[in-house]
Amino acid sequence: MTFTLIWIAAAIILLGIYLSWTAGRLDRLHARIDAARAALDAQLLRRASVAQELATSGILDPAASIVLYQTAHAARQAEDEQREVAESELSQTLRAVFAEPDTVQAVREAPGGPEAVGELTAAVRRTPMARRFHNDAVRAARALRRQRAVRWFRLAGHAPFPLAFEMDDEPPQALTAEGVSR
Amino acid sequence: MRIGIVCPYSWDVPGGVQFHIRDLAEHLIGLGHQVSVLAPADDDTPLPGYVVSAGRAVPVPYNGSVARLNFGFLSAARVRRWLHDGAFDVIHIHEPASPSLGLLSCWAAQGPIVATFHTSNPRSRAMIAAYPILQPALEKISARIAVSEYARRTLVEHLGGDAVVIPNGVDVDFFAKAEPKPEWQGEGARSSFEGGGGRREDSAAARRASVEGGGGRREDSAAARRASVEGGGGRREGETIGFIGRIDEPRKGLPTLMRALPKILQARPKTRLLVAGRGDEEEAVDALPESMRDRVEFLGMVSDEDKARMLRSVDLYVAPNTGGESFGIILVEAMSAGAPVLASDLDAFRQVLDGGAAGELFPVEDADALAASAVRLLGDRERLAELRELGSRHVRRFDWSTVGAEILSVYEMVTDGAASVAPDERTGLRARLGLARD
Repeated sequence: MTFTLIWIAAAIILLGIYLSWTAGRLDRLHARIDAARAALDAQLLRRASVAQELATSGILDPAASIVLYQTAHAARQAEDEQREVAESELSQTLRAVFAEPDTVQAVREAPGGPEAVGELTAAVRRTPMARRFHNDAVRAARALRRQRAVRWFRLAGHAPFPLAFEMDDEPPQALTAEGVSR
Repeated sequence: MRIGIVCPYSWDVPGGVQFHIRDLAEHLIGLGHQVSVLAPADDDTPLPGYVVSAGRAVPVPYNGSVARLNFGFLSAARVRRWLHDGAFDVIHIHEPASPSLGLLSCWAAQGPIVATFHTSNPRSRAMIAAYPILQPALEKISARIAVSEYARRTLVEHLGGDAVVIPNGVDVDFFAKAEPKPEWQGEGARSSFEGGGGRREDSAAARRASVEGGGGRREDSAAARRASVEGGGGRREGETIGFIGRIDEPRKGLPTLMRALPKILQARPKTRLLVAGRGDEEEAVDALPESMRDRVEFLGMVSDEDKARMLRSVDLYVAPNTGGESFGIILVEAMSAGAPVLASDLDAFRQVLDGGAAGELFPVEDADALAASAVRLLGDRERLAELRELGSRHVRRFDWSTVGAEILSVYEMVTDGAASVAPDERTGLRARLGLARD
């Protein structure tokens, strides 16, 4: 009798340790998602700001300036639900405006141009990076949250189910490391 | 920034990952960052100041070959101490999925962790079995880097998740500014460098000095005889083809090149093949007809300087690898030195060569196609010059100035607003029950 009790007690302790360890993992993953999301937000904002600066600089032709200003503004102001669409539109506009290497060259030649091009190049490179890091964290958290133990014991608490950030983040060819060498 | 880098393989054994880490560390130190590299090494190996030894690596059979790995309590304790003493802002783990220091540090650390995946192995059963063990460690990694699109695909298929692609770096100028050696040059396009009278003897001696142990050391008398036959002139007639890699490692593809050589020599009898790398030279030329064997020159193991000079000198660099490559740093080095590249059509190589725009490709292990392409290229000076030009321009993308900046921007992204790296106290049962001794 006592033997059975000891066994049951041991099993409960082991289960407790396992659950606590899993909760720790989950907690760390949620923290990682928060950090990745903040980094992604920062990159997106940075990209929109540089785009807006270029749009108002007068270096680009008026039509391109208006289009770029419009989408950059929309991307900065977008509500959470519209954010992915607005940011994708900014990517498309950037690709259209900087489709020609000549445009990039023209910006570079303007006063303060090299810095602006450098910032934009960094921003369009870092945005996809930040998004991949974010979505990678989301995937890991979702995989763990699908485990039975996590669902049955509600280890995730009230944390919302993490969602990936899906957008078109293809940079303009002329602003990539490959494009520059071409 | 205080950066900790974890190297999974023995520091005293040369290898692609080790060189990458060495160059990365030196590049970052040059930019003013504080870098510490944790690497397996014998305690009596001389190490550069920035390397901390994690103890001797033990040779174990793993993944089809004998790998030198670190594991066990002693290594784990050293990892913890290194993490504790370093107080890093970010740690960069290489090969976190290999059962060595990478995985140990992944278990032991918390905070901003960046990881680079170098290999692209086909899915193995061991990996599938190890998945539940790997996953809790790998999910601590804030940012994953793959060295090529191919390596990224492997990673996504095996472990899920995603990674950004940042290629391996090369010091382009080191190769671009190397001085060609006249006796390694053919009469190809480069005319800037004319060899002088007595040069040949000097450099033959220098070359012999650079040959290190390994299989069949080149006979001194043979070298002397050849030198006297050729009368000490600098550059000789005919083009030169270069090959660098282990001679006795079939995956490097020397056998394919040897099968193609008779056809190349038939069309262009004065062509010479320069082979740099360790291995049995007798065995390598076994398949060649006797009369053609003297068209192959073995240089043995060469120093970094000689490698650069050789790549600067040859008229065509051939990479006939048959597989197992996840990146192809040698192609980048060849292009940096301005050597036109002819490589087998592996995924990794195609990507490094910009889809075939910066160098020519031939079907893997197809000796006839290799011979045909080589003959065509060697006879077409204009195309060779064009490839040199395209390669030199494309390769800027792989320069440390570009690659280093991208890696740094990953560091910045994961450290923004995050706490620094610390030993993870939550990992073990012992730690949980308060029994761990630090």
